Amino acid sequence: MTSTQLAPPATPTGTAPAVAVRGLGKSYGGRPVLDGLDLEVRRGECFALLGPNGAGKTTTIEVLEGVRRRDAGEVLVLGEDPAVAGRDWRARIGVVSQGEGAGQELSVRETLDHFAHYTATPRPTAELLAAVGLTEQAGTRVGRLSGGQRRRLAVALGVQGDPELVFLDEPTTGMDPAARRQFWQLVRDLRAGGTTVLLTTHYLDEAAELADRVGVVAGGRLVEVAAPAELGAELRRVATVRWREDGGWREVRTETPSLVLRDLLAAAPHEVPGLSVTRPGLEDVYLQLVGATQQGDPR
Amino acid sequence: MTAVLTDRPAPPSTARIALARTALELRLFGRERQQVVFAFAYPVVMMVIFASVLGDEERPGDIPFAQYFLAGIAATGIMLISFQAVGTAIATEREAGQLERLQVLGTPPAAYFAGKAGLVLVSVAAQLALLLPVARYGFDVPMPVDLAHWLTFGWVAALGALAGTVLGVAVSALPGSASSTTTAVSAFAIVLQFFSGVFFGFLELPGWMQQLSALLPLKWLTQGMRSAFLPEQAGAFEVAGGWEHGRTALVLVAWVIIGTVICVRTFRWRRAEG
Repeated sequence: MTSTQLAPPATPTGTAPAVAVRGLGKSYGGRPVLDGLDLEVRRGECFALLGPNGAGKTTTIEVLEGVRRRDAGEVLVLGEDPAVAGRDWRARIGVVSQGEGAGQELSVRETLDHFAHYTATPRPTAELLAAVGLTEQAGTRVGRLSGGQRRRLAVALGVQGDPELVFLDEPTTGMDPAARRQFWQLVRDLRAGGTTVLLTTHYLDEAAELADRVGVVAGGRLVEVAAPAELGAELRRVATVRWREDGGWREVRTETPSLVLRDLLAAAPHEVPGLSVTRPGLEDVYLQLVGATQQGDPR
Repeated sequence: MTAVLTDRPAPPSTARIALARTALELRLFGRERQQVVFAFAYPVVMMVIFASVLGDEERPGDIPFAQYFLAGIAATGIMLISFQAVGTAIATEREAGQLERLQVLGTPPAAYFAGKAGLVLVSVAAQLALLLPVARYGFDVPMPVDLAHWLTFGWVAALGALAGTVLGVAVSALPGSASSTTTAVSAFAIVLQFFSGVFFGFLELPGWMQQLSALLPLKWLTQGMRSAFLPEQAGAFEVAGGWEHGRTALVLVAWVIIGTVICVRTFRWRRAEG
């Protein structure tokens, strides 16, 4: 590269978290959107912020990107405070935003070629086009792209500068299933290349598919962080034993369904009608996590 | 997990991005036909209409109407391309989310403004290159008589375009939607033309109108243009009995400074927080 090589950073960047947030608070017009949110994203992982609309996901991402001021809390992104970090820091992060490129009348290739001027380390346009599956649309004007194609252009722009950390805010909203699958592969490729990915989504399957860890946001806080398979482990321990008795349904929620069954079967003279034992699926757990908070109780 | 090294080359300079922005603005300008037609056609169409209808009239000092009007409509064209076009373009780009992308890329605002200024300079030059021959060969309007008058024409046009550009950036920070900004800026620009002596002789305007417009740049831009296109003795029919080049430069520079201060204090990449 050129002569502007920097001295090695004082802290080893491989070990410090990519994102460290403590007690993040933000209100709009007196209405709190974020209320003491804590978050840690490790280097190299794909972390999904999952939550319903209005939970504060986008506001969180915008604070981390350094485009929105926070009211309270400590925030470090790649070791710097986004509120005061400069251009050198911005060069290390990538943002996939909802907004369009540089103009409706510009072609996809022209848009990428233009934005290549803003970074010292642009990935070649042809490589980006291939990575997001827009090679065939390279000559198409941005104004004529479909919603899904626009999103893919946004992704190409977000990773153009070869960032260490990429923010994806609801990246697949408005995509058809095929485009979504293709996009997921794109995120997996990014992560495989060592890029840290922080994405927001309100699709459970997307979080389960892509993320190493999922953080559930509700009521302006992070109410749970776990690997997708372990999300809501406590809630999932509770099984529901259900059967018919005296013409109606009986239901017992328990962490020890075997004991309940043993008693039930011992007391029954013959077959227990309609007997079932169920555990909540990922979606049930998620709805419980989110629903509990919306009623004012974080658990 | 591999440690990602952070020793990157420094981001491109403001000047390099400004150059890329200028190239982009020119390319987009060429593709947005409405804008091209509006910016280039308006002064020429006005010149043709007014000079054809009122061609026989004369302004004080035996100045043919077309000659007087060319100065005013040239000044108006500069104002439209700088103030009006820049103000509405920035409001529109902000609403479309294009400026958010520039913000997250860490684009220096100066590079963005420079791109706008670059577009204004090129399109002002192109517009004048179209208007002046129409006036010269269509309506026998004499061109500036010597190099000194051409130089006057040059600095007045450049200062006027610069003031218009920074004030366009400043006005784009007005709250409200892009379409409400467009309406407000257009209405203001139309009224200002009448106040500043573009269509009527400035001396024919009521005193309060003269005093009000003397606080704003267009009156001085128009007067400066007259000093380039009209014969020397016509200066006697100005408010001060002369061309007032010093004061013209002073007012325009003052507006450049005021506009720049407003830009620095109010410019934002995003719509106001909800």
